[in-house]
Amino acid sequence: MATRQVARSGLPLMNIVRMKGVPILKQLEIEECLLRTSSDNWCIINDGTDKPNIVMGISGKPAELVEIRPVLEDKIPVIRRFTGGGTVIVDHGTVFVSFICNKNDVADVQPYPRPIMSWSSLLYSQVFQGIADFRLRENDYVFGLRKFGGNAQSITKNRWIHHTSFLWDYEARNMSYLKHPQRAPEYRLARDHLDFICPMKDYISRSDFIRKTIDAAGNHFSVESTEFEAVKSPANMKFTPTSRLLTNHELEAAGKTSIL
Amino acid sequence: MALRIWASSTANALRLSSSSATRPHFSRCFSSVLDGLKYANSHEWVKHEGSVATIGITHHAQDHLGEVVFVDLPETGSSVSKATGFGAVESVKATSDINSPISGEIVEVNSKLSETPGLINSSPYEDGWMIKVKPSNPSELESLMGAKEYTKFCEEEDAH
Repeated sequence: MATRQVARSGLPLMNIVRMKGVPILKQLEIEECLLRTSSDNWCIINDGTDKPNIVMGISGKPAELVEIRPVLEDKIPVIRRFTGGGTVIVDHGTVFVSFICNKNDVADVQPYPRPIMSWSSLLYSQVFQGIADFRLRENDYVFGLRKFGGNAQSITKNRWIHHTSFLWDYEARNMSYLKHPQRAPEYRLARDHLDFICPMKDYISRSDFIRKTIDAAGNHFSVESTEFEAVKSPANMKFTPTSRLLTNHELEAAGKTSIL
Repeated sequence: MALRIWASSTANALRLSSSSATRPHFSRCFSSVLDGLKYANSHEWVKHEGSVATIGITHHAQDHLGEVVFVDLPETGSSVSKATGFGAVESVKATSDINSPISGEIVEVNSKLSETPGLINSSPYEDGWMIKVKPSNPSELESLMGAKEYTKFCEEEDAH
């Protein structure tokens, strides 16, 4: 059993890794490796990714979620990630924040989806206090009725990850690559994507958001900075990540399915 | 304690649903634990009949996970090890590992779950079974919990 790392404050330790423009597939590989092979707590912050990517949840079917023809024509990568949840298109305007925790270091939170989601919303309510009408609505972060952050999780026996893609800014045309999903939150009603989401930049700067998120994490953990170099290559060479890029062949086959 | 009360009241203010907050979980937990099965502390059950052990997740687990929308199970013929993950379920926005209570070889996988993953919610101990295993070390069953012990385990976990 790993020794629980506790700072002098009595709070469990959390390593903060700040990245900028790291490809989202690389970020997912790092996160899954840390979830499965590390015994430490981590907060991964990636300030934008290098180019537009579509990222589906573990059970995502491209025929149902993605406009295959334009995605293939415009060569937009489509990734299936290791966590659950829905489909997003991410780019340099997306800010990613991921919490990887030992369940025993967040002992008041049962290691199930809804308690973890609730815990995360309490943390972010501290970030947005006095700034905007933030709330967790169903499983999304919203300002009022507009979504600005999508969440996903993976829960193992003793650890969990809760990660979020925040729409600090986005290009409207990129949203047209995504279909209206069959499973949508009730509060979305029948709104088109662009009427359903909103950019965070209207409320807070990138640097303030990141700073306040780290401050909020500091209310629950004793935070320490860790360099990206320390995590970018898996320490455990036996670990194989499960997030992967879908091939053109798979997308073309999905495209044929969607027109049948 | 203060943090839990604050979190609970804030959760209510945010109108966040919590199954354990809305139902009398003591009676629910007791009535949803079956005699004759063995239970792991990661909320899987085992039914040992002859040379085969059937494995699934408990009512407590499916209740806390929420609606299951996808199940990822291994192939027949592969091995499982005690307390190690063999698959996952997706619910809400999460994938959650399923851990095997015992070691052995998988002899059958419930193919119905690919089309109807909700069987895990509606019938966790019967139609929602996940794998059947030929145990390689039947003595592992002795270290698992019985119904009464598992009921108490659930109550203590939900009390936190």
